[in-house]
Amino acid sequence: MYLYDEIDQKLVDERVVQFRDQTRRFLAGKLSEDEFRALRLRNGLYIQRYAPMLRIAIPYGLLSTKQLRKLAHIARTYDRGYGHFSTRQNLQLNWPKLEETPDILAELATVQMHAIQTSGNSFRNITTDHFAGVAQDEIVDSFAWCEVIRQWSTFHPEFSYLPRKFKIAVNGAKSDRAAVAVHDIGLHAVKDAKGEVGFKVLVGGGLGRTPMIGFVIREFLPWPHLLTYIEAILRVYNRYGRRDNIHKARIKILVKERGPDKFREEVEAEWAHLKDGPSTLVAEEIARIESRFTRPSYAKLPATDPGLEAALGSDRAFATWHARNVFPHKKPGYAAVTLSLKKTGIPPGDVTADQMDRIADLADRYSFGELRVSHEQNLIFADVRQSDLHTLWREVKALGFATPNLGLLTNIICCPGGDFCSLANAKSIPVVEAIQQRFDDLDYLHDIGELDLNISGCMNACGHHHVGHIGVLGVDKNGEEWYQIQIGGNQGEIRPGVTASLGKVIGPSFARAEMPDVIERLIDCYLARRDSDAERFIDVVHRIGVEPFKEFVYGNADQRPAHRRGQLAAA
Amino acid sequence: MATLIKDRRIVADNWLLLSRGPAGGLPEVPESGDVIVPLALWLSRREDFLAHPKKIGVWLDANEGPEAIAGEVERFAVIAVNFPKFGDGRGYSIARLLRERHGFKGELRAIGDVLHDHLYFMEQCGFDAFALRDDQDPQAALSVFGTFSDGYQTSVLRPTPLFRRRLAAGKP
Repeated sequence: MYLYDEIDQKLVDERVVQFRDQTRRFLAGKLSEDEFRALRLRNGLYIQRYAPMLRIAIPYGLLSTKQLRKLAHIARTYDRGYGHFSTRQNLQLNWPKLEETPDILAELATVQMHAIQTSGNSFRNITTDHFAGVAQDEIVDSFAWCEVIRQWSTFHPEFSYLPRKFKIAVNGAKSDRAAVAVHDIGLHAVKDAKGEVGFKVLVGGGLGRTPMIGFVIREFLPWPHLLTYIEAILRVYNRYGRRDNIHKARIKILVKERGPDKFREEVEAEWAHLKDGPSTLVAEEIARIESRFTRPSYAKLPATDPGLEAALGSDRAFATWHARNVFPHKKPGYAAVTLSLKKTGIPPGDVTADQMDRIADLADRYSFGELRVSHEQNLIFADVRQSDLHTLWREVKALGFATPNLGLLTNIICCPGGDFCSLANAKSIPVVEAIQQRFDDLDYLHDIGELDLNISGCMNACGHHHVGHIGVLGVDKNGEEWYQIQIGGNQGEIRPGVTASLGKVIGPSFARAEMPDVIERLIDCYLARRDSDAERFIDVVHRIGVEPFKEFVYGNADQRPAHRRGQLAAA
Repeated sequence: MATLIKDRRIVADNWLLLSRGPAGGLPEVPESGDVIVPLALWLSRREDFLAHPKKIGVWLDANEGPEAIAGEVERFAVIAVNFPKFGDGRGYSIARLLRERHGFKGELRAIGDVLHDHLYFMEQCGFDAFALRDDQDPQAALSVFGTFSDGYQTSVLRPTPLFRRRLAAGKP
């Protein structure tokens, strides 16, 4: 954890006072709906379908057990006893009371938390690789860089009223586990020939209505220039980004309309003024930030644990879980463990207050009192001794978080959808459940292998459907909920050579009841066409294209109209 | 006479703000009195103004840049920047550029949809005068400048970022 100093704390406390005053003035009729809206959104407060929704920031997904217990307490005291971990590594409460939100923020401030800029047209939570600091392919520990950017982007006086929301992701490892190519700014740490750290800077990626892969504005930005360069990008965006149409206001549209080269020129011209200015970072500051992070005091352990080896040999269920949900660690004798929040029948990312307390107890016992939230909506214990894995697995299993489906079809990323969200065109959670029920046979699931299935209830794409190997989008047709399918999306270069890509729509949409069948047909096509077990769904789509899948799902061209009529009749 | 918040005090406003006509037409400049003219007026009658120097102000709309008056900002006693809507943040960049890049030292005034809750950031970006929207309470708005005791980034009021000040103070 980054531990606040007195100034960090004071700013968060002052934010609570400010928002309390704003809420009071709104309730007293002194602030209009519209004016208060802009203010409450930048404190994470939405007015949703049934009640307000409060989005609490979990900076770069890192959480202490003390904080998790506080979240449990808040969920129990001010809400209905549960919370929802989101794809932005935040926690959402779906039933708080507007007049109590200042109290919630005050409670959060006591554990160095807040809801600052979790919504509104400003910088959102900086996200990163959930294996930061422990991955074997680490280039830098991205947490420190995320904190540098968090501080710079918090209450930025010039950039607090941007044309639209702004999302920054940082990846510090060779594999991109932070989806940097689909962010407004993506930063991928790299080292040059001399071993100096810098960042590959991508701009203009994003999902939503106009999905785009970011373009590389700089192959190598030496780290001291990180903030001045971002500042130059933001100044160009703040001045020239479109404000006439909310759907064209993201930076990706500016990049597209200007053209990447012209955009780069403008940024470089602006940067010429800012470069080497006072915001230029210095090594002492990076060291200071790093020193304020708590770090596990690792024991010196052998690389392998005989007890673990024995358990893997004798306990098949444990071995299955270990193969999927345990990630190798850079320190010998340790491992990172994913607690799956994707159990069939539970909305993805949902955790009850009691479960939060239990998870906090486990993290205290097994992982140095810290945990992470992944953008895939799971929880990570990053620093578990290999010798503890078997015991931990039993405990996690008892809590229902040991579904061995990480990276598999049922590890579905999903937004809250029409059950909660007022923007949604369609429900997403019941679709997830139906698909999880259809694919509940673990052997079959493991045979299918790695597959990202992402579901969004509307084109705002909170469920990241464009970058799912299979993406599902809820659409509204004359007041009815339908689901459009796309395939071939990929969130980032998690494996070398398979870069980030956007899915292609395979054809007309489907009724909800058809969804498990349709997914199964896509899987059947994949299984029939793959060269070997090693060739994943996404690899096959990239190799043979979308057309064979289309035919498998809709029948060939002659059969399509009849199939379609049948579908419509069924609906 | 309208009031204005200037240097965190409520003062009488002696300047007349000349608006553009509904179709963008340029207003007449009255014989006497201090006026703030639209940028387009300044640009179209620049030679006249330079031939008969007088105390004058200019205002920029959110889509107009300080580049248009680069090199001559010192001619203006007041530069005003319009906020068409409170959520339109272009004026914050314009203000910083006027102060930091173009060296403007005179009164920098926020006009338009200027609301209580936005004054703090506006001041940080270099505004020292605020023509609040009519329905706003100027007395209450004075309290807003102390909302935050510090900030991480550079701003016009805090040209040195917090990290450098922390390091200078030897804070771990």
